[in-house]
Amino acid sequence: MSLRIVVCVKYVPDATGDRHFADDLTLDREDVDGLLSELDEYAVEQALQIADGADDAEITVLTVGPEDARDALRKALSMGADRAVHVEDDDLHGTDVIGTSLVLARAIEKAGYDLVISGMASTDGTMGVVPALLAERLGVPQVTLLSEVSVEGGVVRGRRDGDSASEQLEASLPAVVSVTDQSGEARYPSFKGIMAAKKKPVESWDLEDLEIEADEVGLAGAWSAVDSAAQRPARSAGTIVKDEGEGGRQLAEFLAGQKFI
Amino acid sequence: MAEVLVYVDHVDGAVRKPTLELLTLARRVGEPVALALGAGAAETASVLAEHGAVKVLTADAPEFADYLVVPKVDALQAAVEAVSPVAVLVPSSAEGKEIAARLAVRIGSGIVTDAVDLEAGEQGPVATQSAFAASFTTKSRVTRGVPVITVKPNSAPVEAAPAAGVVETLPVGFSAQATGTKVLSRTPRESTGRPELTEAAIVVSGGRGVNGAENFAIIEALADSLGAAVGASRAAVDAGWYPHSNQVGQTGKSVSPQLYIASGISGAIQHRAGMQTSKTIVAINKDAEAPIFDLVDYGVVGDLFQVVPQLTDEVNTRKG
Ligand SMILES: Cc1cc2nc3c(=O)[nH]c(=O)nc-3n(C[C@H](O)[C@H](O)[C@@H](O)COP(=O)(O)OP(=O)(O)OC[C@H]3O[C@@H](n4cnc5c(N)ncnc54)[C@H](O)[C@@H]3O)c2cc1C
Ligand SMILES: Cc1cc2nc3c(=O)[nH]c(=O)nc-3n(C[C@H](O)[C@H](O)[C@H](O)COP(=O)(O)OP(=O)(O)OC[C@H]3O[C@@H](n4cnc5c(N)ncnc54)[C@H](O)[C@@H]3O)c2cc1C
Repeated sequence: MSLRIVVCVKYVPDATGDRHFADDLTLDREDVDGLLSELDEYAVEQALQIADGADDAEITVLTVGPEDARDALRKALSMGADRAVHVEDDDLHGTDVIGTSLVLARAIEKAGYDLVISGMASTDGTMGVVPALLAERLGVPQVTLLSEVSVEGGVVRGRRDGDSASEQLEASLPAVVSVTDQSGEARYPSFKGIMAAKKKPVESWDLEDLEIEADEVGLAGAWSAVDSAAQRPARSAGTIVKDEGEGGRQLAEFLAGQKFI
Repeated sequence: MAEVLVYVDHVDGAVRKPTLELLTLARRVGEPVALALGAGAAETASVLAEHGAVKVLTADAPEFADYLVVPKVDALQAAVEAVSPVAVLVPSSAEGKEIAARLAVRIGSGIVTDAVDLEAGEQGPVATQSAFAASFTTKSRVTRGVPVITVKPNSAPVEAAPAAGVVETLPVGFSAQATGTKVLSRTPRESTGRPELTEAAIVVSGGRGVNGAENFAIIEALADSLGAAVGASRAAVDAGWYPHSNQVGQTGKSVSPQLYIASGISGAIQHRAGMQTSKTIVAINKDAEAPIFDLVDYGVVGDLFQVVPQLTDEVNTRKG
């Protein structure tokens, strides 16, 4: 029996670029290059490894985002995913995490799945809650924040390294999994992979395809609102000294002056 | 006065500091009612009462330890139904955020995560967040349902504010999903005797410049002289020099101490995302061009193998 894996991948502004808010206090996507969220590469990698170990598996990569978000899908396809779904609709602009999880959940159901894999957090919103929300909405187990994952005989197992303990988890499929950047380096797309990706199918769905009303999503449909966004004032230039044998003592003097010692 | 529900993070009855900070913030919005789950839940009551909890709801059942997240969501939902709070506050741990998110969608509420401050506003609680590796500060609100807000450690002072702290047992019915993800085993993290990284007032971190696991002894010695926690960059963690649980940054812990000392760390954006809100930042790096120097209150351009031990000696002398 075929194992249907859906990998959620987000298209995000390059974190090393100058990220800004637009006038409506959503992310300004005009001035910054976007890319596949680096943490979602780990999700694609684990999907590929799980598919390799299965008799028969199909990997669908899914994104919700503007037109450019296709770049994230291309990257995932060139790593080795089989097909892609792009959910795109003008009414999605400004959607909050509750709305995003609704759209993703509907798209996952429409695509068909046994296993959903996502990254631990996006590199822009960095909320780290979409996987838990998907499990809640889909009504399937969440097996999240895994630094090790395996799937065998319809059961997913993994290790979750938490704040106070490391846990071994187990759940039956279907399930939602999220993986951390400790789960194993993501592969680079090969030239062959890049060429093959050009021929792979990318489906485009809008809100109507997912039977979602426009007022359930978007800025107006969001259940949270950003009222203001201000750039943090640049830190006033600190004191910088060159160590000429006394650097440690000078630093101690500074720390004592600040009452840390 | 309106009640605010505070989810308690505790280990066998020992309440973690971020929960006490939540009680400070909760009092700005209403009267705190705390919810403590699992083994030792009832033992949290006295410290919660000392810090302002008018009521402490407790529930214990094997489900809380044996299955992941969902049983706790079921309990939090039961508490929301019992209390009808004006807001739900949860500590921003990885698990706390998952619990909060699932609760939000269940009760038809919006969610704001990783608040670093909270105030009462005309249209409900207003949360301050820091975005884009802490280069922006935003003010956000939940506009629908009961605001569900997760709050980062070190976002408020811990203040004594004695209250009744009446203990009540909360009846919890578990959902069909509660037993979906089994916890087969749990290995507690070994205590180093040093303060918890996310809660520490001072953090001393080492990066690739530390150049070897054995050299982290230099960083630890400085940390111990200052009573600090030890952090590490991802480069140091990936090299196997220090445990991942000590990683500071986007995919590690986010820290906001009074003092952050970075040694042999260049200051990549992903590292900055986890420490940029520290009150005072100090760096030791031999490269005067390292981006970390853009953030510092005090920087030493020099070899950490010279500067750090000298600093440690000096701290110990001044203390002695
Ligand atoms: C700085 C900032 C702060 C924000 N704060 C809030 C807030 O407090 N409350 C709120 O409701 N919204 C907030 N938003 C909006 C929110 O980030 C996005 O609406 C949202 O898509 C989900 O959150 P995330 O990107 O943090 O995802 P995470 O929960 O961090 O993402 C985890 C994983 O989910 C998957 N995933 C997430 N989004 C997509 C997608 N679009 N397509 C495919 N897969 C995806 C990926 O696998 C990803 O690795 C904020 C946005 C920004 C830029
Ligand atoms: C998706 C993603 C997530 C990431 N998450 C994190 C994260 O959570 N945390 C994190 O830290 N990084 C993270 N990174 C990695 C990050 O991009 C950097 O690679 C990393 O922070 C570099 O660590 P470093 O500063 O120790 O090493 P380097 O950048 O190599 O810097 C070492 C510094 O040490 C100095 N040095 C060398 N020798 C000495 C000496 N003897 N004395 C004084 N100074 C010396 C050098 O001048 C240099 O500035 C992430 C990357 C990605 C892509």
